[in-house]
Amino acid sequence: MSVAIPVPRGWWRRLSVVELYLWAFRIAVVVIVLWGTTGTLRAGRYTSEVWIDFFVFGLSQGAIYALIALGYTMVYGILRMINFAHGDIFMVGAYTAFYAARALHVRGLFNGNPAFSLAVVLAVAMGVSLVTALLVERVAYRPLRRAPRLVPLISAIGASFFIEYAVRGLYGSGYQAYPEFEIFKGEWVLLGIGVLRTQAVVIVASLLLMTALYLFVMRTKTGTAMRAVSEDIEVAALMGINVDRIIVVTFAIGGAAAGAAGVLYALVFKQVHFFMGFYPGIKAFTAAVLGGIGNIPGAMLGGVFLGLFESVGPILVLDGLGIPAPYQLKDVIAFTMLVMVLIFRPSGILGERLAQKKA
Amino acid sequence: MTATSRPWRRTLRTGLLWGTGAVFVALVGLVEVLQGKEIITGVIAGGHLLMLLLAAGAGLSAARPQAHRPGVAVGSAAASGLVAGLVVGALVALASAMPLRGMFVAASPELFAILSFGRGVAALPWIALTGAAVAAGGGALIVLPRAIRALLSAMIGALLVIGLLHEQVQLLLQADRLTPLRELVFSFEGLTPVGALLIAGVSAAVSGLWQVQRPRMGARIAALPPQGRRRLRLVGMLASVLGLLVLPLFVGPFFSQVLVLVGLYTLMGLGLNLEVGFAGLLDLGFVAFFAAGAYTVGLLTTGTDLAVASLSWWSAMLVAVVVSLIAGVFFGLPVLGIRGDYLAIATLGFGEIIRLLVLSDFLRPWLGGSQGVLGIPKPVLFGFEFRGPEQLFFITVGASAVIAFIAARLRDSRLGRAWMAMREDEDVAQAMGINLVNVKLLAYGIGAIFAGVSGAIFAVMVGSVFPHSFSVLVSINVLALIIVGGMGSLPGVVVGALFLVGLPELLREFSDFRYLVYGAALMAMMILRPEGLWPSAAQRRELHEEIETVPPGEMIEAEEV
Repeated sequence: MSVAIPVPRGWWRRLSVVELYLWAFRIAVVVIVLWGTTGTLRAGRYTSEVWIDFFVFGLSQGAIYALIALGYTMVYGILRMINFAHGDIFMVGAYTAFYAARALHVRGLFNGNPAFSLAVVLAVAMGVSLVTALLVERVAYRPLRRAPRLVPLISAIGASFFIEYAVRGLYGSGYQAYPEFEIFKGEWVLLGIGVLRTQAVVIVASLLLMTALYLFVMRTKTGTAMRAVSEDIEVAALMGINVDRIIVVTFAIGGAAAGAAGVLYALVFKQVHFFMGFYPGIKAFTAAVLGGIGNIPGAMLGGVFLGLFESVGPILVLDGLGIPAPYQLKDVIAFTMLVMVLIFRPSGILGERLAQKKA
Repeated sequence: MTATSRPWRRTLRTGLLWGTGAVFVALVGLVEVLQGKEIITGVIAGGHLLMLLLAAGAGLSAARPQAHRPGVAVGSAAASGLVAGLVVGALVALASAMPLRGMFVAASPELFAILSFGRGVAALPWIALTGAAVAAGGGALIVLPRAIRALLSAMIGALLVIGLLHEQVQLLLQADRLTPLRELVFSFEGLTPVGALLIAGVSAAVSGLWQVQRPRMGARIAALPPQGRRRLRLVGMLASVLGLLVLPLFVGPFFSQVLVLVGLYTLMGLGLNLEVGFAGLLDLGFVAFFAAGAYTVGLLTTGTDLAVASLSWWSAMLVAVVVSLIAGVFFGLPVLGIRGDYLAIATLGFGEIIRLLVLSDFLRPWLGGSQGVLGIPKPVLFGFEFRGPEQLFFITVGASAVIAFIAARLRDSRLGRAWMAMREDEDVAQAMGINLVNVKLLAYGIGAIFAGVSGAIFAVMVGSVFPHSFSVLVSINVLALIIVGGMGSLPGVVVGALFLVGLPELLREFSDFRYLVYGAALMAMMILRPEGLWPSAAQRRELHEEIETVPPGEMIEAEEV
């Protein structure tokens, strides 16, 4: 039976209230951003050096987010679950780095042989984070692989609390100050631009790690198997891939990357605390979504973008609006980006439309 | 496979695992804190008890696969206890060889004195032997007949609960007439040995009676005509209402405070249950609505400069209901198109944005920034001032009852069915003619109202409103409590609130370990009993059916739709 439904002419008649609301939301955000930016730029309160500092800081921050985001994106790609405890694995890495660095510092190795000790600290922290990630997978996720979606999410929240408060109980609840590398104090001048040495180290180290990881996923047999499992878990199993092993490898790599991120974070901020993993964790997830979840280059790109926005955004946009203490609101910028991406482009910058297809 | 072919290996592994657990518990600081709590005065304190329980647990889990061969079961239990004891002994030896305190804050000399019964390294064989003996006892539990096992676990459970909560129980027994009883059972620090025997006896008797009588009672209730059954239920409900109304008179301000808090979380749980349990909309920013209610009441009733108006609490609460409804709808509108995990993260982001904005200097002139809104007066009704927790308890119970009733009626209404249809499959629900936009917005709006009422009561309970009270932890707590109680189940919300809010409040002195235990409990709960403590019938059927009958491949496909 075919009934001719009169289609109203003119696109505006088909707009629902919801769409109007969403459009208003979009326009409001764009107007606010433009207004704030022009306001700041016209006032010209900041010199180009300040901008460059913020830019480099954003880059190093973003590199750390990108390293954490890799773990989220790989696990989501394979298991379609948010590894809520991933931020805490990062925190464990930072704590391990703290104890390793202190042990080296006491023996004078820390400043005597910085390259060696940085390598040792990185290796130890990555190892411990890797083991923690595997433990979490074994205890909290593997028994629940066939349960409905909400169940592993709650279990992950439980794991996150458990790790945080276990670290608090074991190592104390205060902030611990991280020893400083003498050689990384001060600035290097590149192309006439002064760059803080720690930030340069962070950027270079994370670039190296990410390249290694990218090559691993794209070039090795295990990496190919990982991509296959993420594409279709059943077919991969039929092709003779040991899915359990691949999941373990995924968690291991994600954990190691988070551990490395923990070391770099501690280098920049020079303190560790048991709750430090929560916000970077959520922001790294934002980065993963921003780049398109399940997509490894996307996570790297998303992390860098997020770091830049977060660092440059407050003074670029909010300062021009006349908001006092704009830096207080840098997390608001990050979360607003998260919400905007989820609402308007859940596929992220590089991703496919996962949210519709698989969520 | 290895379980049957290599029992020794398995026993060894069990022992190592539980021993590592014991070492963790010790280094995390739990043992030392618990040791400060005498369970039975002069006989055993909490720290030792915890270690012994762990040994018994090792024995139990080592004996379980061998349950059909009693001798082997007890033997392997003892062996695993020995191994666990050796692991703990190794920690003691390590601690005497090198200072651990630089790294582990809890690794104090007192801790190792507790672990080694005050003897240092020389106690190593003692630790191992104690572990073996206790584990053998634990393993023997498996071999014993079921009825005796039930009796024993009732006794141990009652002793543990009353021993741990003895201060609170003693608070309840403050009346003069009860003093002789109190002094018989309790000392200043814990149970007296006589009291422990008494409690063990009573709980064993009750448990025995229950075992004998339960089938008979069940049969009698089943034999009643439907009218009689309904009358029985009515009597039960009336009795519990009466009990609730006189409760604050008996329990005093401390318990009333705890109960009010449980009530507030129940209210929030009912609201979130409506969103997550009924409609399947996973919301981690729920605390924003709680904050909306609290801030509305705060700004409308406060006596400070921030006041927008000076209404009475009652009319401010009505405004709060409207404000939180609007907040819910505005919050829901942008996220209408987002599903599943993404929705959880988007709402989490929203909740944090709101908290950060409230906290910032930017909105300080209107919302008070980090100092919040102070000086909120208590509600007054016909000259009766709801001064403290004992009085606010009535408001909370009243609000909870009304809202639970609304929630129950909503669940069985057309709207409730539409929510559940949407929870099962959005696309199919839409195809069946459900207007997803309206139904979703109603879920957000009504859920927000419940949370807003809770916030309104919270504001007067505390007397002030700070942004720090509205962290994402609250949202996660509420989500956890409805899941622990059982998703979509209304009594489950109350049970969940009692367990996850009430119990930790009572165990305040262990508040450092609250979230540690909480995290472990969430994981254990999801693995062992994902349907919750008091599941709705549908949920129970669903979870068990899915796990047992659907092959893994189909499961994945069904989820990807």
